[in-house]
Amino acid sequence: MAKSKAARKSGETMKMKSSREMVVQGMDDEDEEELQCALADDIISASEDEGGSDDERKHCKLLEAISSLGGKKRKKLTERSEASIQVSEFTVNAEGEGDKINLSDLIGTLDKTPSALIKTKKQLKNLQHNQSTLETPLTRKETERIQREVAFEKTSKEVSRWQSVVLQNQKAEQLVFPLNQEPSGPKRIEQVVAGWKAQTPLEQEIFSLLRMNKQPLHDPVLTPTEEASLRAMSLEEAKIRRAELQKARVLQSYYEAKAKRERKIKSKKYHRVQKKVMRKEYLKQFDEMVKTDPAAALEELKKMELSRMKERMSLKHQNSGKWAKSKAIMAKYDDGARKAMQKQLEVNKDLTLKLVIPADEDEEDEEESAETLPDFVNDAEHILDQVNPWMRGKLSTDPMVQEESNRLDPPVVRPRELGTPGEGRDDQEEDEEQMEETEEEALLRGFEERRKLRQTEDVEVAPMSMEENDDGKKAEILEISDDNEEAVEISDDEEAVEISDDEAGLSKFTSLFHGLVNNHMEPPADQPKAGPGVGQGESPALLEEGLVRVRTLEDVELLSQDVSASDPAPLTTTQTPGTEETDTQSATQQADKKRKRKKMIDPNEVLTKEAKVIKMPLAPTAVEDVEGKEEQRVIIKEAFAGDDVISDFLKDKRKQEEAGRPKVIDLTLPGWGEWGGLGLQPSRSKRKRFRVKVAPPPPRQDQKLPNIIISEKRDSSIAAHQVCQLPFPFENPTQFERTIRSPVGRTWNTQNTVQKITAPKVVTQLGAIIEPIAREYLIKDNRQAVTGPSINLESDQGPQKKRRSQQKKKHKRKKN
Amino acid sequence: MVSPKIFSQSTNTLPANKGGYCPQHPVGEVTRKHMAVRIILLFIHINAMKVKVLSRNPDDYVRETKLDIQRVPRNYDPSLHPFEVPREYTRALNATKLERVFAKPFLASLDGHRDGVNCMAKHPKSLSTMLSGSCDGEVVWNLTKRECVRTLQAHEGFVRGMVVRFCGTSFFTVGDDKTIKQWKMETPGYGEEEEPLNTILGKSVFTSIDHHQKEGVFVTCGQQVDIWDEQRSSPIRSFSWGVDSFSCVRFNPVETELLASCASDRSIVLYDMREATPLKKVIMNMRSNTLCWNPMEAYNFTCSNEDYNLYTYDMRYLDKPFTVHMDHVSAVLDVDYSPTGKEFVSASFDKTIRIFPKDSGHSREVYHTKRMQHVISIKWSSDNKYILSASDEMNIRLWKANAAEKLGLLAPREKAAVNYSQKLKDKFQHHPQIRRIARHRHLPKSIYSQSKELRVMKEARRRKERNVRKHSKPGSMPVVTEKEKHVVTVVK
Repeated sequence: MAKSKAARKSGETMKMKSSREMVVQGMDDEDEEELQCALADDIISASEDEGGSDDERKHCKLLEAISSLGGKKRKKLTERSEASIQVSEFTVNAEGEGDKINLSDLIGTLDKTPSALIKTKKQLKNLQHNQSTLETPLTRKETERIQREVAFEKTSKEVSRWQSVVLQNQKAEQLVFPLNQEPSGPKRIEQVVAGWKAQTPLEQEIFSLLRMNKQPLHDPVLTPTEEASLRAMSLEEAKIRRAELQKARVLQSYYEAKAKRERKIKSKKYHRVQKKVMRKEYLKQFDEMVKTDPAAALEELKKMELSRMKERMSLKHQNSGKWAKSKAIMAKYDDGARKAMQKQLEVNKDLTLKLVIPADEDEEDEEESAETLPDFVNDAEHILDQVNPWMRGKLSTDPMVQEESNRLDPPVVRPRELGTPGEGRDDQEEDEEQMEETEEEALLRGFEERRKLRQTEDVEVAPMSMEENDDGKKAEILEISDDNEEAVEISDDEEAVEISDDEAGLSKFTSLFHGLVNNHMEPPADQPKAGPGVGQGESPALLEEGLVRVRTLEDVELLSQDVSASDPAPLTTTQTPGTEETDTQSATQQADKKRKRKKMIDPNEVLTKEAKVIKMPLAPTAVEDVEGKEEQRVIIKEAFAGDDVISDFLKDKRKQEEAGRPKVIDLTLPGWGEWGGLGLQPSRSKRKRFRVKVAPPPPRQDQKLPNIIISEKRDSSIAAHQVCQLPFPFENPTQFERTIRSPVGRTWNTQNTVQKITAPKVVTQLGAIIEPIAREYLIKDNRQAVTGPSINLESDQGPQKKRRSQQKKKHKRKKN
Repeated sequence: MVSPKIFSQSTNTLPANKGGYCPQHPVGEVTRKHMAVRIILLFIHINAMKVKVLSRNPDDYVRETKLDIQRVPRNYDPSLHPFEVPREYTRALNATKLERVFAKPFLASLDGHRDGVNCMAKHPKSLSTMLSGSCDGEVVWNLTKRECVRTLQAHEGFVRGMVVRFCGTSFFTVGDDKTIKQWKMETPGYGEEEEPLNTILGKSVFTSIDHHQKEGVFVTCGQQVDIWDEQRSSPIRSFSWGVDSFSCVRFNPVETELLASCASDRSIVLYDMREATPLKKVIMNMRSNTLCWNPMEAYNFTCSNEDYNLYTYDMRYLDKPFTVHMDHVSAVLDVDYSPTGKEFVSASFDKTIRIFPKDSGHSREVYHTKRMQHVISIKWSSDNKYILSASDEMNIRLWKANAAEKLGLLAPREKAAVNYSQKLKDKFQHHPQIRRIARHRHLPKSIYSQSKELRVMKEARRRKERNVRKHSKPGSMPVVTEKEKHVVTVVK
């Protein structure tokens, strides 16, 4: 501080000196021109200094005098009384430091300058009027916070550019890593040539030649002439032309295929008909031609004649061919062969006759018809149908039942179906005809007899043929005899039950399959019963961590077995299959007792109406007259009059109910805790103690529905394999089922399809380092997005697919 | 009208055309060896001669050379191949079982360290080279030979972090002795001394180091996050934001200027190298140990937390993680993404390694060995095939990323079979039996019981919360989702 003060003091003295000198000057030159004085300042002062020093007092007086003289222009030098930070090197002192600077001061100087600063002046004046002060700047913390926020916004925006790429990669069906792989294989020549230039004189010469001849240099794919030709035809035209060509080609291939197909058809009848049609058409055309263009018609006629003549010229149909010779040998013994030969001779005769219109086709037809089956053989079935609709299997819509009924068809029908057309079969068939007829008659007669029997006495006589029928048939009968819709349902249910029963014997596959099928048929209300053991609540990704270590395939098997064992079996299947039979027996006994005590269901109570015969909406059959229908119905009614379907059904239902009822489990062991032996029964108290009563099951679903049996069986072995919850990405069960139903393997799909379906989601190359995704990828992607539409017009493929297709090509190349 | 026609499928006709004539093919022409196979039917018409020959063209079924693939005619009629669903189900079941049987993930153990292995580094250019730093020095490994290539005493005390330069020619290490050292990747020649290329003396201990993907810039953390230029001995930039110690710092591999660090105040801080200030900070319930950016998704990262969970964040929305990955039963110490960005692997104090799909809440795989202690560091190899784990008991272990995968080249048919079985497993993955077998894993008893305990605890907490909610004024107890639970606040 002291130092600085001293410096300041010396500065002050200097100032004082200079001012004094100036005064001296002023005194000398009558203080007129101060500017000049200031210019010559230094020189004079130096001389003055040499001159000597003045008195202090004098000096002060002088100063005062000068100040009085100077007036406004003189600046007042104030003395520094206190220490201040701002010390100017120049004459500006620290005085008035705290004072406000008026804008007017600034403008004051501006006033003198004539330049056009009016604007600023105005602004400054406005500012002067404005009284508000600036706010203090934000604290560092807050500024930093703002900076951070801005920076974050910026970076997050920058990072968001990746969004599309990320989404695309997530949705991609297949990703191939490393990402930035260049397609291997030969590059296009342009790419290779692009960076190359002719250097040697020879090369340059060649290029100049090429240039002169307008040959392509960089793009050797098309020469200018080719390009010109390309330009000649517009895209539209080319497209139209291509479409036309395509259509023509397609049509041609259609016709070819059709012709081929027709050629392959072996049926003579078909060809005969075709020929007939052709001939008719031809005749028509000919007739028209006769009317319109007689000359052409004449020519046609001539042509026909010519062809006929050719026929006559040839030695055909004259019993001279190989076939005829062989037949001639056979003719001695075989009547058929003789006939055939004669026929051929007849044909020959016809041919040799001179005719106007060629009619050789007719002969052929007749001859052929002799070979093939007579029409009435085919019609015989219809006759049979009229009599017995049951044999047709059209009544029920169920294919199973239909099959069964087909199986039950009288064996008479079979050989006719299986028989192959031969030449010497005519008489045999006739015999068969008769046989059939007699059998039909026999059947009818049988029905008649039965009717009579029933009319005479009320004894139930089930028709012999119907005794063979099994349950499916019964269901069918039920369908007819009952007009309730529920009855139909019953039959369905029954069938379902039967199917599941039958399945026990079937292979594992079938059971699984039916399990899958039944699974979605089951109502959702059953699902909670499935038990938490299956693990529905857990997400699919959750690992099942346990203390068991799986080492071998057997372990894995055991693992799955454990599961099925631990699975809580549903109530209905608590009993073991060994005791089932005895259980059912006892159940029936019990049921009998109960029926004696209280009648559970009286069929008369439940079904107050009598069983009616309904009118089945049959498909239009060969029967046309109402009378026949009536008759038929009567016949059917009478045929099944003995079957008490309703009671059978009720019995069935009761049986099912009994089977579903929990059994009392007897665990008493004789001889434990008391004497045992022959004739000794365990004591009553013991029996009471070891008899386990099971809680009654929930009421049956069909409890209040008299006409229905709803099966409450749930196969636990299948349930273990069933999906009980709709998995996540699926929205409805049908969607899920569809994915499950479509097979993937090579057995069901072609090679290419399998490859396509089973392509892995992520493909990595063995031993290749996968770099993080690079910014270039983003740029590339953007560029693709920009040029996207044009690409799509061409190939209709996204970048993803393109990559895949590229890969596929690679695969193919590898294979080749 | 009807002219004689000859129908013949093949160019070869029978020598004896019964009674017919054939202008193109003279009688008695025997052309090929396959005559015996052919079936010929003749239909002779009286009027017009028609010869119908049904025969097979040997071109359709005879190979030209024996190197050709045998043509197997197949009929894809679905009625001929019934029960497709049950058959495929059985195949899927078998495939799942076999997968479990063949699941042998452990490949090798690299032992040679004389102290716990603290950190590892992948070589960016070579798959077979790997670096590991232990609590007393460090080692460079050759993975294909499974042997140590080079040992050097890098630091006194722990080697806290190491990273290989992007070009693969040198690597950096930081240690407890407050130094950053740069080393050559090459082994020094005979007579040369093992000396670092560069040594930077810092003011405090560095805990982690990471290198920029493309430039000569690296970042360290300790008391603050420092960004260094390789050419300078002082940091070009330092960030600190009211935190005094950081445990981990990582460059974003995609947006290479971004950084993220885990701090001791339970926060994760984001930085941009180009900005003067940090970007954002999220404070969680417990401290995060390490974090790893997704190499395929620029804005996603996953952090391993002390509260047994891992959290995957989108850096743009830090207010809640978009996935919480649970399954570990102790603090998670390290995490590394697979190079495909689809999965990541985590190492935990509970002596297990778990592999998580990036968007799934639970792990798809758990690896453990009897002798493996607390796993401190983990890396996923850059060819997406292997996992390396470094643990307390001085060993580095090499695992397969897919436990049941067959290593090495696969024949095309093998590959097709693998793809098919994989597809089947995917298709039937929701079926209970298959799911159960596929999910079964053996666990050490301690972890098993602990996870059970944790489950019980969690359930109890959930029940209590439910009960409280039931008995309090409606709306006074808002439902807090699992994701929201773990975030305390986001500091801007």
